[in-house]
Amino acid sequence: MSRVGWIRLAVLAIAIGLLELCCRLGLIDQRVVIPPSEMAVALVRLLISGEANEQIVRTFGIVLLAALISVVAGFALGAVIHALPRARQSLDPFFATYYAVPIFIFYPVMIVIFGLSAIPIVLMGVATAIVAMIIATLNGLDRVPQVLAKVARVHRMGTIATALRLKLPAAAPHLFTGVKLAVSYAFIGVIASEFILAPAGLGRVISDAYTDFNNRQMYALMLLLIIVATLVNMFLHVVDQRWAERRGIAKP
Amino acid sequence: MTTAAADADIHAALSGVTRVYPGTATTPPIHALGPINLELKRGEFFAVVGPSGCGKSTLLEVLAGLQQPTAGTVMFEGRTVAGKVPDGIGVVFQEDASFPWMTVWDNAAFGLRRNGVATAEIRRRVDDALAFMGLTDFARAYPAQLSGGMRQRVCISRTLVLQPRLILLDEPFGALDAQTRLLMGDEVLRLWRRTGATVLLITHALDEAAMLSDRIGAMSARPGRFLDIVVTGWSRERNSKIVSEPQFGEITGRLWENLRGESLKSLGHPGMAAG
Repeated sequence: MSRVGWIRLAVLAIAIGLLELCCRLGLIDQRVVIPPSEMAVALVRLLISGEANEQIVRTFGIVLLAALISVVAGFALGAVIHALPRARQSLDPFFATYYAVPIFIFYPVMIVIFGLSAIPIVLMGVATAIVAMIIATLNGLDRVPQVLAKVARVHRMGTIATALRLKLPAAAPHLFTGVKLAVSYAFIGVIASEFILAPAGLGRVISDAYTDFNNRQMYALMLLLIIVATLVNMFLHVVDQRWAERRGIAKP
Repeated sequence: MTTAAADADIHAALSGVTRVYPGTATTPPIHALGPINLELKRGEFFAVVGPSGCGKSTLLEVLAGLQQPTAGTVMFEGRTVAGKVPDGIGVVFQEDASFPWMTVWDNAAFGLRRNGVATAEIRRRVDDALAFMGLTDFARAYPAQLSGGMRQRVCISRTLVLQPRLILLDEPFGALDAQTRLLMGDEVLRLWRRTGATVLLITHALDEAAMLSDRIGAMSARPGRFLDIVVTGWSRERNSKIVSEPQFGEITGRLWENLRGESLKSLGHPGMAAG
């Protein structure tokens, strides 16, 4: 691990250690926050008991589905919009202000239309994530060097071959930024929707645990969400770094 | 020489070629090029020099089939070039056109793989081209790990493996420092001698044109036309050492004489041309 990595790890360990210490010394009321070690123990017990497995699979399945739809549809829409400059001119202001609108206000409408099921949650996940992917696709395609189009013509490549063999790989670093954002936003969209109103899922279970003062379950599941979201992001970050290093555009 | 023999000797030709970029609601049409008449002899090294914006690159792209001429005809090996790049033409661009996601070896093999060439043949040609361009030790490197000159050599290798009969070089060393440009010039001369291809080089550097070419076309300011065709008279075995010969100075002097006024015109100072 690099020196920066060790420092990062040390900062995290110190923060967790401080929280543990504050809880153990009574500086933080354990009825409000339980010590991180107890959160971990509660999580292990919960996983071993299999009590929450169904909810875990459901929620992460929905996140995965929402992220996949967002990435694929976001890329396709981005590519189409990029090919239509007038459409892009019209839509650009909407993309610029999209995340200024609290899109969760549309969640009740989705429930009215699709019922209290997984569909409105998937749609909220997609609605939260897809625009990040569209914007990343537009940015990526903007940055494809013009000379590559000429190279494609010299090699007598058609439109699809040019798009898949040259433009897509050339835009890939920016697209990957979109993928990272889409996954993060899908997590937020899905968990937040489950918190608000859902028949099942981790968000719903955490919300129920909060209402029932079941701190152990609530913090255990919160820890699980933090661990999974962090691991997924770390994995995507490592892949991104490797690609960036290879292309000589390594980010700090 | 008979007419048929003379025709066979002409590898590519532009006759009466003009290129006008259409205007828009707010901008008038731009007459970028022509009329241009040019015959490239098989196996010759021809350079085009001219002031910025005179249409040099447009000329190359029209000859390559990357742009349609507004008027006139373009011929390559006896066939009309119309709207697409004919087989047998290779182009190296000024911009870095290497693929950053591929290794040097894969960059060089790109065109051969696209053409469905057998694996063993791809390996032979790519290894040979990389050895010729001095890139064997960097075959597994990515373009980001190379200097600008080496990246341009990767692009030349990618063109070279396809064994083009006409190589078009669009200011390929424009982004390089003067010393590297001279050395790259030697590389191009070696490449030209080995392949026997016809080469058309677009450059803004008079010394580069004088050192590399059999003939040099000096172009006017926009719309670009040939003002003069200078025959250098160098032997085929030349290299960058000829820059110290008196004849080299005479050639660059003649080119500058042709181009000084045109360059001032392109800068918007025609009155200074006589000074």
